[in-house]
Amino acid sequence: MTSGFSQSDMSLIRVRDLSVRFAGTPPVHAVNSVSFDLAPGEVLGILGESGSGKSVTLKTLLRLLPERKATITGTVEIDGQDVLSLTGRGLADHRGGIVSMIFQDPSLALDPVYTIGQQIAESVIRHEGASKQDAMARALEMLELVRIPSAKQRLENYPHEMSGGMRQRAMIALALACRPKLLLADEPTTALDATVQIQILLLLRELQQEMGMGVIFVTHDIGVAVEVSDRLAVMYAGSFVETGSVKDVIRDARHPYSKGLLAANLVGAVPGTRLDAVPGAPPPLNALPEGCAFAPRCAVAEDLCLVSPVPLWSDGENRWARCVHAKREAARKDRMGAGN
Amino acid sequence: MLSFVLRRVLYTLPIMLGVSLVCFALVHISPGDPLVSILPPDASVELQEQMMAIYGFDRSYPEQFLRWLGLALQGDLGNSIATGRPVASEVFNAVGNTLILAITATIIGFVLGGLFGFVAGYFRDSWIDKLATAISVIGVSVPHYWLGMVMVIIFSVELRWLPATGAGPGGSSQWVWDWEHMQYLILPAVTMSVIPMGIVARTVRALVADILQQEFVSGLRAKGLLDRGVLAHVIKNAAPTALAVMGLQLGYLLGGSILIETVFSWPGTGFLLGQAIFQRDLPLLQGTILVLAMFFVILNLLVDVAQTSLDPRLQRG
Ligand SMILES: Nc1ncnc2c1ncn2[C@@H]1O[C@H](COP(=O)(O)OP(=O)(O)OP(=O)(O)O)[C@@H](O)[C@H]1O
Ligand SMILES: [Mg+2]
Repeated sequence: MTSGFSQSDMSLIRVRDLSVRFAGTPPVHAVNSVSFDLAPGEVLGILGESGSGKSVTLKTLLRLLPERKATITGTVEIDGQDVLSLTGRGLADHRGGIVSMIFQDPSLALDPVYTIGQQIAESVIRHEGASKQDAMARALEMLELVRIPSAKQRLENYPHEMSGGMRQRAMIALALACRPKLLLADEPTTALDATVQIQILLLLRELQQEMGMGVIFVTHDIGVAVEVSDRLAVMYAGSFVETGSVKDVIRDARHPYSKGLLAANLVGAVPGTRLDAVPGAPPPLNALPEGCAFAPRCAVAEDLCLVSPVPLWSDGENRWARCVHAKREAARKDRMGAGN
Repeated sequence: MLSFVLRRVLYTLPIMLGVSLVCFALVHISPGDPLVSILPPDASVELQEQMMAIYGFDRSYPEQFLRWLGLALQGDLGNSIATGRPVASEVFNAVGNTLILAITATIIGFVLGGLFGFVAGYFRDSWIDKLATAISVIGVSVPHYWLGMVMVIIFSVELRWLPATGAGPGGSSQWVWDWEHMQYLILPAVTMSVIPMGIVARTVRALVADILQQEFVSGLRAKGLLDRGVLAHVIKNAAPTALAVMGLQLGYLLGGSILIETVFSWPGTGFLLGQAIFQRDLPLLQGTILVLAMFFVILNLLVDVAQTSLDPRLQRG
């Protein structure tokens, strides 16, 4: 089988051929034919340069993109629901109930004129129909869960009265308040100090294991991605170019882009390392080249790379790369294996 | 919060003192002799000096100021030169009438402007937005004495629905909240509301559009709030600024209604001010301006306090 995607009914997420275009002249192709699965309780790290479409992909899963500007095609199923066809109350139930999101900068993502307690309670009231009192009790419980000191007083705090790390803890408490099955984390530590980053990462990993939810974790930071993920997806110019288990991708990357990233960054894979080692810049998303979008920057590019669609190589399980060379290399290895 | 209010009140004291100094100085910086309008042109020098003594103009300026301020604090603003009646009671009466007009106009303007602005900002770039924006631009740019006259021509002269001038039947200036009196209020209040409506609409539109761009709105949608839940957050975020703008508009209307009050002969402070200027009635002018300025200062104070109590981010420091 060449599709390379597991067809298990157990999937929490099933995304097929997801594309997102933003209206414009010419239109911006922010996400291009992305397909992936996520099992319940699994952590997928999405790794990619700035502007590669990571946030847009996450927002699509919550349908947070501006409806008038964004055209979404493909299939997105989460917990058996067809997300792209949700509307009104169904969509609102999906958001925050099944899927929650933590944003990059918690000082922007919380409402400045509501207290932390009110903001968490509001979510509980909305999804569980709890009374105000019960919802506040849950908010307190959540603040304690994310280990905010003197949680009871913090309930009454406004976001500006907390430190950055504290705010991100509060944001996590808010996101997890209704026990979602899937947590989307969009660079949740980028805006924080290095020491605070590590604390937040450890907290997230611990809560993920405790609550058993699936997580998609977006970052530019290879060290962080390796630290928290079970599986990695490398994103380039709106496409997933390679996915596989952390171990496989790190040891034996197949796509030249992933190889470049890893070769340059893995030596000192500490949190804080940025993806900046591959020379050149990604193509503008409103003028993508035919064929492989990475070809103009690729050291081993050839004529075949300029032809669409780019062939997909897969090991038949959960590991694949979209590259002419990966496919050919694998074939050669197979032949050598057979010739022996 | 309490200490903030106290501090804010303390700040206003020097402002009030400064304002009263300016009002006092007004009489002396204005060209010509303050007594020229009551003395016959051929008055003898003795008579002039006698009058100077009666009005206290022969003392030194600081002495005159302190005396005037002392009396003003006791509610004595002197007597009108034109009518001989106490300025305080004239102004008091006019202030009441102006308040009725200005508050009614502000409420109309705020409600309509807030509504237009909110809808325009929420559905930005739609035809509703364009319509609401057009209305508010027209509201701000139309000269309102002209609008006043047009309204009088339409609703009083042609349709005969509403009275054109005055503040009550038979020229009464004693306000009562009944239909007899209220029909006199409608035309001037609606005319006057047009500017605050335009300004509030513009402010609220920009505010709402800006708030909707902010990431926390995505955050609210991401946690599953329905549209009305998001709306409540937007309103609470927009309210402090919108109310501040409304307060300032009320302030302008309290002082700046001279044209409208004149067009509709509404017996308020603007009307009074006009009379005082044309008749060179300096005590009346001084007293009216002093009272209006104090109003403005106090209103600013109230707006600040209200805004602070609504916006948690302002409560520190
Ligand atoms: N609302 C929008 N309208 C038009 N274009 C958009 C919109 N949102 C995102 N884009 C475009 O989509 C592309 C991908 O953006 P995205 O935010 O997903 O990048 P990212 O991978 O998250 O980058 P970063 O690491 O900097 O957060 C960018 O070129 C961006 O300009
Ligand atoms: Mg992003």
